[in-house]
Amino acid sequence: MLDSRIIEKLKAIVGAGNVATGAQELLCYGYDATQMEFHPDAVVHPASAEEVSAVLKLANAERFPVFPRGAGSGFTGGALPKGGGVVLVTTRMNRILRIDTENLIAEVEPGVVTEQFQLEVEKLGLFYPPDPASLKFSTLGGNVAENAGGPRCVKYGVTRDFVMGLEVVLPTGEIIRTGGETYKGVVGYDLTRLLCGSEGTLGVITKIIFKLLPLPDAKKTMLTIFDSIDGAAKAVSTIIGNKIIPTTLEFMDHATLQCVEKRFSLGIPETGRAVLLIEVDGDRELIEKQAGRIQELVKPLGLVECMVAKDAAESEALWKVRRLVSPSLRDVNPTKYNEDIVVPRSRVPDVIRRIDAIAQKYAIPIVNFGHAGDGNIHVNVMIDKEIEGQEEKAHGAIKEIFQAALDLGGTMSGEHGVGLAKQPYISLELKPEQVAAMQAIKRALDPNNILNPGKMFPV
Amino acid sequence: MRCPGSALYVYPRARHASPLQRQKTLDPLKRVEKEIKKCVKCGACRAHCPAFAAIQREPAVARGKVALAHHLAKGDVQLEDETYSIMSKCLLCGSCAEKCPNDVPTDEIVIAAREALARERGLTTFHKAVGRIIRNRKAMNMGGLAAAILGPIFFRKVPQTSGLRLRFPLPFLGGKRHVPQLAKKPFLSRHPEVIPGEPGKPRIVYFVGCMTNFVYTEIGEAALALFRHLGCTVIIPRDQQCCGLPGMSGGDMETVRELAERNLAAIEKHNPDYVMTACATCGGALHKFYPAVVGKRNPELHARLQALADKTVDAAVLLQKLGLNPEETGAGEAFSITYHDPCHLRTRNITKQPRELLRAAPGVELTEMEGADRCCGLGGTFNVYHYETSMNINAPKAAAIAKSGAEAVVTGCPGCMMQLADGLQQSGCKTRVMHTLEILARRIKRT
Repeated sequence: MLDSRIIEKLKAIVGAGNVATGAQELLCYGYDATQMEFHPDAVVHPASAEEVSAVLKLANAERFPVFPRGAGSGFTGGALPKGGGVVLVTTRMNRILRIDTENLIAEVEPGVVTEQFQLEVEKLGLFYPPDPASLKFSTLGGNVAENAGGPRCVKYGVTRDFVMGLEVVLPTGEIIRTGGETYKGVVGYDLTRLLCGSEGTLGVITKIIFKLLPLPDAKKTMLTIFDSIDGAAKAVSTIIGNKIIPTTLEFMDHATLQCVEKRFSLGIPETGRAVLLIEVDGDRELIEKQAGRIQELVKPLGLVECMVAKDAAESEALWKVRRLVSPSLRDVNPTKYNEDIVVPRSRVPDVIRRIDAIAQKYAIPIVNFGHAGDGNIHVNVMIDKEIEGQEEKAHGAIKEIFQAALDLGGTMSGEHGVGLAKQPYISLELKPEQVAAMQAIKRALDPNNILNPGKMFPV
Repeated sequence: MRCPGSALYVYPRARHASPLQRQKTLDPLKRVEKEIKKCVKCGACRAHCPAFAAIQREPAVARGKVALAHHLAKGDVQLEDETYSIMSKCLLCGSCAEKCPNDVPTDEIVIAAREALARERGLTTFHKAVGRIIRNRKAMNMGGLAAAILGPIFFRKVPQTSGLRLRFPLPFLGGKRHVPQLAKKPFLSRHPEVIPGEPGKPRIVYFVGCMTNFVYTEIGEAALALFRHLGCTVIIPRDQQCCGLPGMSGGDMETVRELAERNLAAIEKHNPDYVMTACATCGGALHKFYPAVVGKRNPELHARLQALADKTVDAAVLLQKLGLNPEETGAGEAFSITYHDPCHLRTRNITKQPRELLRAAPGVELTEMEGADRCCGLGGTFNVYHYETSMNINAPKAAAIAKSGAEAVVTGCPGCMMQLADGLQQSGCKTRVMHTLEILARRIKRT
């Protein structure tokens, strides 16, 4: 519990209306998309870097933990106040400060919702590609802190690849700038890259300078259905091997197709064992050529059917198959553990086979879909918590899935991060020396362990 | 978090409930516990909740209320003043439920929480008054008459609109608020109960609703003209009541159940082919909430209410189904409009039909505004408890209407019409507010 004296000081910093202490209101800042819950002692809504700085200086003086939070849509508990403390919400800082059409950059505050930013830059013919599934509600600050990805990353890269500079409040309260507005810049350590994906443990992001691209002319969407998982995987490497990088190469396995078909009856042929949703973007003539070439390339790979969208409405209809995946999974079992392993794209069939074997061993359904283009597979372990022993089974299966990804030269998490959810498994991937190096950085920047403590590294 | 308000809608003091009573109190929440558990807190509702858009705090969004409902149902959190405050910040528009990847019916969960609060703590003074009024049509008639006569004392006419503004502040109504003028004679007392049509054509019960009966009687006249034009027999049951939604929004489910039964009896005896509404909110009540409030506890009544729900249809949908073709009636004068989607039509997938009818009407030019599908901010009694927030939700809507350049904003809900008129008036915009049926009826009268 926080002293009422501290609450008064917080109110003096951000204004009384921007500090919440009501027990029931606090409940509403204790969750994210992980289904874990920890209740804070207070919630503050600062409006500027100066206010964030004052909160953190107070936290260091009074020794209470601070947990930065954007929209609270994370999948690993990164924003959860485990152990209690103050949740610091960044959504009042929600201005797009400038969009520079000459230098193709934009400067924003962290609370801007990703899609709103995309729509604004698109009005000017510019493009911000990262597209996490939560883009309609997640914030850019959260996207940077978690280094969010999305389907378009196979061609354009992840959030990190678009961050040129930051304004950050360090855990001890100092406000610093990292990076800048130029593509080139080699003076000092690259703190910008260090902070991308630091999960709110090294600083509170208060401004972001993003790189932008020209908005592509047009896009073309295709849905290809294959008679085997290997066919679909081969299609991915064949397309890329032939020097075409699609914007999107979304993959759905047989179990996923069954779920979608059972619930929505879209008419996917029974012989279809795997689906690839392929999209190319760019110059109108070029993408027509690319789409034609892709169809030629995938034909010999056990293609069952290929649907090509003629216009935006048809494209939307094809995307619908992919978007219906999440809602239809619930029919399998009520609780899903959504993991997001990555393997080199050529190893996708191998990892799917390993996961199938794990599903059989533990006798629980595992449904796989995701971003085949960059080898990022969303592995959904589906259980019913009401059935005794299933939760333990799920954890056993998850550990083996992570191990499978690592054995094949991949990683445990491509997009979601570590937070609390993957904390128990981090030693599978990182050697003690690596963890020690990371913790040394954390200690140097946050000597009192104030900012988002108890996350990422094993406690 | 508490909105400033008059003493009339303060929350009742805590009662000392016995453990047994407490169990009963929580029954409504227990009944939706399965729905509560569906929520995985993904946050998708943050993109769609109008209350959240204006308030920007997590307790205002669907996910926050579902989380609180979860703890209330479990019993580790008590029903307190803060619960009232949080649960009151929902417009029951259903936008979150419509877009929820897991189909969580937050509107039903919020209603259950409000019912639990009403059971534990009693109704607010305001909602007690609402319950008394809406259960008593005669009193409403008297009240309507009194207001029509006394109105000019309290209100002054706003030029260029059919609305009024308060001369001085009243308990429920802020001074800025723009309210529509009440009709001198309610719609229900203007027409015979049965207006026979051509043989072989559908028999339609018209469920009028309070806003049309007492305020926007022109909607009722337009509905009559249109369905008579199609040869339908139109039945306007004299003993129909308020749909009950204003009671529901305060958790006064006894009133809602009573009104559901009385309306059922009033409509059923005419054995109509369709039950038509021109009010999105009434339609939502009959179509969605009536069977739900009775539930499976009374299977016989539930089945009858479900049959009523199945027959309930929005006026625009029915006009299209029955083949209204305003195009045949020759040229109408040029008129530019924009269309606002009422939440209680949009969440029932009624978005295309009114637009198609309006586009086909001669002379009518429909320009889409930005965010036509966003809530107007009324939310029934939400507008009374949280007037400022309600108008903050409305502000972008008013701006979008003005930007569209249309002469009139057209919609399918008299509640939305009142709110849109208030917002436009306060922002100094002269755009007229009309019902879909008014536009259509003007074009058939010429034949």
